[in-house]
Amino acid sequence: MKKIEQAKQKKQIKKRNRFIFRSSILVVLFGALLFAVVSNLIAEEEATLDIGDKAKDFQLKRVANNEDAKKSTLQLSDLEGKGVMLNFWATYCEPCEREMPYMEKLYPKYQEQGVEIVAVSVDATELVIDKFVDHYDLSFPVLHDKDSQVLDAYGIRPLPTTYFIDENGVVVERVLGELSLERLEGYLQQIVPKET
Amino acid sequence: MSIIKCSTCGHQNKEGTTICEKCGKPLDYDQQGTLLNMRYDGSAIRSKTKNRSIVDKIWNFFSSIKVGVSLIAIALIASALGTIYPQKMYIPQNIDPALHYRDQYGLSGQIFYQLGFHNLYNSWWYMVLIALIGISIFIVSIDRGVPLYKALKNQAIKRHPNFLKRQKLFGEYKDYNEEDKTDFINKLKKHRYKITENDGHFLAEKGRFSRWGPYVNHLGLIIFLLGTLFRFIPFMYVDDFVWVREGETAVIPSTNQQYYIKNEEFIFETYGNDDEDAIFEAALQNTSGPVPKHFETSAIIYEDVSKDVIGSEPELKEINSGEIIVNEALKINDLALYQDSYQLNEFQTMSFKLHEADDEEEAAIAEFTVDLTDPESEYEFDNGYRVELNRFYPEYELDNGQPRSISNYPRNPGFVFFVHGPDIEEREASFLAIGQNIPSGDNQYKLSLTDFGVRDVSGLTVRKDLTLPIIGLGAFIFMIGVIQGMYWQHRRVWIHQGEDRIYIACHTNKNWYGLTKELEKVIDGTSFTMVQDQEKNNDT
Amino acid sequence: MDLLSLSSGLLYTAFVIYLIAFVFFAATIKDKQQEKQFTLMNKIAISTTILGFIAQVGYFITRWMASGHAPVSNMFEFVTFFGMMLVLAFTILYFIYRIELLGLFALPVALLIIGYASMYPKEVSPLVPSLKSHWLYIHVTTVALGEAILAVSFVAGIIYLIHQINQSKTTVKTTWLEIIMYAICATLGFVIITTIFSSMDYNATFSYAVDEEEMTLEYQLPAWFGPENGELVTDDKMDAVFTTPGWMHGAEAPRKLNTLVWSLTAGLLLYLILRISLRKRIAAAIQPLLKKANPELLDEACYRAVAIGFPVFTLGGLIFAAIWAQEAWNRYWGWDPKEVWALITFFFYAIFLHLRLSRGWHGEKSAWLAAIGFAIIMFNLIVVNLVLAGLHSYA
Repeated sequence: MKKIEQAKQKKQIKKRNRFIFRSSILVVLFGALLFAVVSNLIAEEEATLDIGDKAKDFQLKRVANNEDAKKSTLQLSDLEGKGVMLNFWATYCEPCEREMPYMEKLYPKYQEQGVEIVAVSVDATELVIDKFVDHYDLSFPVLHDKDSQVLDAYGIRPLPTTYFIDENGVVVERVLGELSLERLEGYLQQIVPKET
Repeated sequence: MSIIKCSTCGHQNKEGTTICEKCGKPLDYDQQGTLLNMRYDGSAIRSKTKNRSIVDKIWNFFSSIKVGVSLIAIALIASALGTIYPQKMYIPQNIDPALHYRDQYGLSGQIFYQLGFHNLYNSWWYMVLIALIGISIFIVSIDRGVPLYKALKNQAIKRHPNFLKRQKLFGEYKDYNEEDKTDFINKLKKHRYKITENDGHFLAEKGRFSRWGPYVNHLGLIIFLLGTLFRFIPFMYVDDFVWVREGETAVIPSTNQQYYIKNEEFIFETYGNDDEDAIFEAALQNTSGPVPKHFETSAIIYEDVSKDVIGSEPELKEINSGEIIVNEALKINDLALYQDSYQLNEFQTMSFKLHEADDEEEAAIAEFTVDLTDPESEYEFDNGYRVELNRFYPEYELDNGQPRSISNYPRNPGFVFFVHGPDIEEREASFLAIGQNIPSGDNQYKLSLTDFGVRDVSGLTVRKDLTLPIIGLGAFIFMIGVIQGMYWQHRRVWIHQGEDRIYIACHTNKNWYGLTKELEKVIDGTSFTMVQDQEKNNDT
Repeated sequence: MDLLSLSSGLLYTAFVIYLIAFVFFAATIKDKQQEKQFTLMNKIAISTTILGFIAQVGYFITRWMASGHAPVSNMFEFVTFFGMMLVLAFTILYFIYRIELLGLFALPVALLIIGYASMYPKEVSPLVPSLKSHWLYIHVTTVALGEAILAVSFVAGIIYLIHQINQSKTTVKTTWLEIIMYAICATLGFVIITTIFSSMDYNATFSYAVDEEEMTLEYQLPAWFGPENGELVTDDKMDAVFTTPGWMHGAEAPRKLNTLVWSLTAGLLLYLILRISLRKRIAAAIQPLLKKANPELLDEACYRAVAIGFPVFTLGGLIFAAIWAQEAWNRYWGWDPKEVWALITFFFYAIFLHLRLSRGWHGEKSAWLAAIGFAIIMFNLIVVNLVLAGLHSYA
């Protein structure tokens, strides 16, 4: 009797081991499958800097029509404590051109509330930016990313791309493509520093 | 799990076993008289054993060769479908794919696009299909490889006469002498068979390792597939692209602004300019344009050693330099730069002269050169004239009658100049572009293009792929396994010493013709007659 | 230039010698002995084949010397090389199995392939930069060898099928066998038609407009299918009867369609002449010639050819290809149609081997699979290059 019991027990253990062995292999294999599929889906819309990330600091030369601003540089970290709208654009990009007047229009109002607008141009030559700033009489700081370093660091693909960064330097919103006046204002309101 | 007890030796075999593990007696009583199925040496394939749980059921599903082969067949058909029209990556990138497939291929193109076949090989379901094949390969190998290994490792030397009788090549000899038997065995030894003996029974075996071939190549495939998975880990894989103009230094993308590349010179040659190309003359006449012969970028790679914030002037230190040629990449640590494409003759400078509009000689009053990569806004001359560059359009196009640039690159530059001078009241404006010179009114002075300078642009692919060693290893192991399994055979000869007779049976996992020829040589010179091919006898 | 004419002379010589070898192999049918007997006629036949092979190697070397690169860089050169490798693969299998019948079928196939190759432009073409690599000949020659060995499995399979399939009544099997025969006729038809018209220097030029741009298309065969809105500009030549349907794309689509229809028609004509003069199915007419065939040995040769060819093909067509693609185009795999079809070939023969090894698909089933495998290889060689253009489109 005891022998039968023992054999039965042995069989039970064997069966359990087999179950564990097979389950763990299946889990690993299907885990790999899931990883592949999910990674493949994510890979399609990959951006270097996304919502919730800390905006990378950078420093660029200003392009401006008044002599003071002309020689100066602007560093993003200097604007800490303020909300920052960071706009990537170029003179040859039509949608970028269309949203410029909106930005200019809202700038004075939001500057008072502690929001800064910074426009980074990826144009090759300073001349074209200079003429553009003149033409639209832009008052917010326009920077020239001559060697595309910031463009690369932020992983910008389409133009315009706009980041809305809160007073702690965290990206609140990222907009690919053109903004309407209403949407622009909505986003700007989001990054007005909270009164403490 | 039920157990099959061998009626001869009493050994307890696992369910699904067709040949007794110990004495080699066939256990498939219903198949008497036919040849034995020697696949996996008659051992129980694990999945053939009873199953109850869901895990067992999934396991058994994937361990079936039928399922594996079906999966490969589906992958085959799917792959073929994807080649009907070009994939998304091979169509022009600046057009909406939906429109491209509709315009180029009509209704069938639209269907092709709607079904997602335009990006078939990157689709989730194709990936799942390949992954399922991988899973199948893995489970099949464990399921069959392990029992086969055990069966061959513990195989009995003495086999039951019924086992021998049911082999394809079999001989039964009554009249023989011991010398012939030793002679036969010695000759087998000469043919590099390994001989083992038990109680006067012999087993001669060679090439057993070829039985592991399938499992080795499956292992290679699994390593390969895992290698492709690693591509999704960010630091393992980089795929980027950079255009660098001659003389320009550009940041290499995907390196966190650590590396920069300078294009010293781009060299481009076509066929037909050299005496040694004479041989290709006939072929060149049939081509529509010049055929590129060679192109390369002479490049310097720099590292930014400053720790400054992004956008500040980098402090560049040269770390590598050389030519980037097709088929010969330039490497920086794990990163490689490949020559991919090029744009020839992009404008770099343009020279103009100022002259009186009605001067037929066009004698220059002033001359100046505009650097298109960094134009100045004013050009002043000693004689009191001044030319102001009011607008610059690197690649101009007319948009509702208004010029505007469509890109950053001076491929078709347009200029609006203002000319100021002592005898000009306010200013004279004119628009200049290639083939165009439009004055704003009745201008006294005219600007004319006198010269231009060009440069080439080199397109380089930036690639890092740390998965390559894994993938290479997988492919290597796969090749080893395939060669091992395909170019060698596992041959066995059993010699059973009966009471009044001797039985000889032979088996090989493939290439029976080769085994028969070898046995002819071994048997030749002994008193044994050639073993009979029992399959042939059955046919006739 | 001298080397070049020597080279083409050697190729022509090889072609003629193969033809003679084929006649010798045909003579062995009369041998009453069973296989494995190495008769004098056998020796003469295989020696002649080897002689032809040596002549073709001579062509290969001299052309290499003349052009400065391995002559496997365009359609003519590659297909010719494939024919040469087929002869090599046959010779190897012949020495393993001593089946003369293999020669009776392998040599005509090789002749047909070399004939087909010579219909393409034969000029020495310059190499574009991405082809300038040692991998050109390492990759291409291994692929050609692998595919040629796999093609021998088709040859063994087709002999097996003709020998084994019951020809007393029409079945699906006899129909498919006739389709294979017709395909061979159509290839022969293409070679004959093209040779006739090129010896006549036939040339008809059509002009047509694409997006208001004037284009011309030259035909070397009388045009049945002309380009859309095309106009014949050559005098005294036949004008197009039909217009190429609009869904066929590519500048050369009308001419390709025209050539295809010509080949199929010529093939049909050839097939019908044969069929009517033989008064039975072509396979049925061949069957009695194969009396002494040993089906078991043919089956094994068919399988063995796959067993030998599969690793060679994988090495050349996938692994070497991947290494080169990594070097030239910085990715080891790019889903180019040619690559995909190499993968399909790999998948197919993997299925062949699994079905045979684990599910016991021997004999007839395995022979049919070998025929399908060859069709896939030919598809990859011809259709993918000419129709599904990609990075590999030579011609």
